[in-house]
Amino acid sequence: MQLSPTLEAKFQSLLSNYPEDKKRSALIPMLMYGQDELGSVTPELIQEVATRVGVQPLQVSEVMSYYSMLHPKPLGKFHVQICTNVSCLLTGGEELWDQACHKLGIGHKQATSDGLISLEEVECIGACSWAPAIQINYDFHHQVTPDQLDQLIDGLSSSPNSHAV
Amino acid sequence: MPYNEPHPAETRIISKRFCLPNSASISTYLANEGYDAIKKAMGMTPDAIIDELKASNLRGRGGAGFPTGLKWSFVPRTSPKPKYIIVNADESEPGTCKDRLLMEFDPHSLLEGMMIGGFVMGAKYGWIYIRGEYRYLIDIMDKAIAEAYERGLLGDKILGTDFSFHIRTHTGAGAYECGEESALLESFEGKRGIPRIRPPFPAVSGAYQSPTLLNNVETFCTVPPILLMGGAAYAALGIPKSGGTKMLCISGHVNKPGVYEVPLGFPMMRAIEELAGGMRNGKKLKAVVPGGSSCPMLTAAECDGLTLDYDALAKVKSMLGSGGMIVLDEDTDMVRVALRIMRFYQHESCGWCIPCREGTTWLKKLLTRFVEGAGSQSDIIMIGDLAKNMLGRTFCPLGDAAAMPTISIIEKFRHEFEDYLVHGPKPRRNYLERSNGPWPGHQETVDAVNLTL
Repeated sequence: MQLSPTLEAKFQSLLSNYPEDKKRSALIPMLMYGQDELGSVTPELIQEVATRVGVQPLQVSEVMSYYSMLHPKPLGKFHVQICTNVSCLLTGGEELWDQACHKLGIGHKQATSDGLISLEEVECIGACSWAPAIQINYDFHHQVTPDQLDQLIDGLSSSPNSHAV
Repeated sequence: MPYNEPHPAETRIISKRFCLPNSASISTYLANEGYDAIKKAMGMTPDAIIDELKASNLRGRGGAGFPTGLKWSFVPRTSPKPKYIIVNADESEPGTCKDRLLMEFDPHSLLEGMMIGGFVMGAKYGWIYIRGEYRYLIDIMDKAIAEAYERGLLGDKILGTDFSFHIRTHTGAGAYECGEESALLESFEGKRGIPRIRPPFPAVSGAYQSPTLLNNVETFCTVPPILLMGGAAYAALGIPKSGGTKMLCISGHVNKPGVYEVPLGFPMMRAIEELAGGMRNGKKLKAVVPGGSSCPMLTAAECDGLTLDYDALAKVKSMLGSGGMIVLDEDTDMVRVALRIMRFYQHESCGWCIPCREGTTWLKKLLTRFVEGAGSQSDIIMIGDLAKNMLGRTFCPLGDAAAMPTISIIEKFRHEFEDYLVHGPKPRRNYLERSNGPWPGHQETVDAVNLTL
């Protein structure tokens, strides 16, 4: 698989983070950064990572299926993750979740038909003291109000230049 | 990132640099006692450093509360195998958001704590395992690491001595279970995050079957101040057996939720009333989760006069845990809270051992049935029995973490379950207090692409 120069450099640096005979440690980081660029963990990426760390592709798939942030199919360009765990629940996380579903017409782990926005109800994202919190791709938004959520989602539709998940 | 203003009632030891301009930079750190502790450590013997930690009464700040000095002394330093230092920055216990601040505002203190660990153990390599969601913190830590290399504080022959130490970050990919130390090690080695059977403990056989010192972010960040002020002085900040300070992450129905550093032994009601500005909307307190959602829930009556330290919380059969304190007001529906907690543990159970995998699934089903209004008297008994049968019967503490809050809720708030039997399902409380009622739900999935396989 031909990697972009940035991803190639990232893979090289990830592999250099571990002892010479322990390259498998780079497996999950490589999948994460690979997914960031490719939009999902593609079969080609699995093959590439398997070759580089010296395991079978099946072993990579086995590991991948365990982690909730690794996705075999592309998410929306903007992946909106709404936390409804206890601290967020107590401050309106479920209401925000319903609002987002209603506004976008999609549900948990679904994407809009144009592929722009996907939605996921996530577990605690570590923003409890600033609840309710959401994450759009890797960006945190704290103490989100219904109006702000509306604005955030509207903003996504009009700014297609941001990076994909 | 919103960071609450410091409160005069706080005792800021590890958060003292948070408010300095450009606090994450190495120049700010160096100008404020930064890397003084490692210099001091290099003039001490490893045993003397461990003795200081023992004298400090520092206990693991990740949740388990194991004495840190003792943990450090368990690592076989004379072993011919390489030793490794690993930081658990997989902060994912619901209610906990302190490690995030430590890494964002004071990344160098974490590096310095790791270096001291490396010096004591004779380790050459350390990694920071950061949860995947905290990508921006990986960037911050990478920057701090690069700064430390530039100044010769990391690398080979640090400060002209024979000590060489290298640090790298490592990203997780979304799994609560990987906050458990042996599952973290499996994940670190590029495998599914499934816990290992212990013994051997990570101190003896951790990363790559080598002796590994594994501590939480907050624990490592506390090591430099302990060396600088002396173990006894640090211990004196707290109370006997619970030395020093602890970061408290207060969330829920309070006026000023935030992260506050308090000496151990701090009164819980003072934390709610003073630090967090009291209950929101003038409501009464109903319950408190003292240290992350896995800790048994406390009633308002139990919180009265309670101090925040390991022993006081053990006395009321709960835990200080990670310091994630969630405050619930009088209108909170405890059955729904119990269900939400169980949904989390069911989702995060790694599925490796049966009591946890099946127990959390059954409990989620029973609690869902209750919330939907189809529960029965025998369900109340079954929820309690199931949870009690999970306790102590799983490979790792996730089973206990799911069982403990459930048992406490069903015992202390049993009347709320019985209310459901009498009055049927309750409408969901709208926590945003919207005037026009809750949204109609998310049944509409027209035009949607299903992403799950």
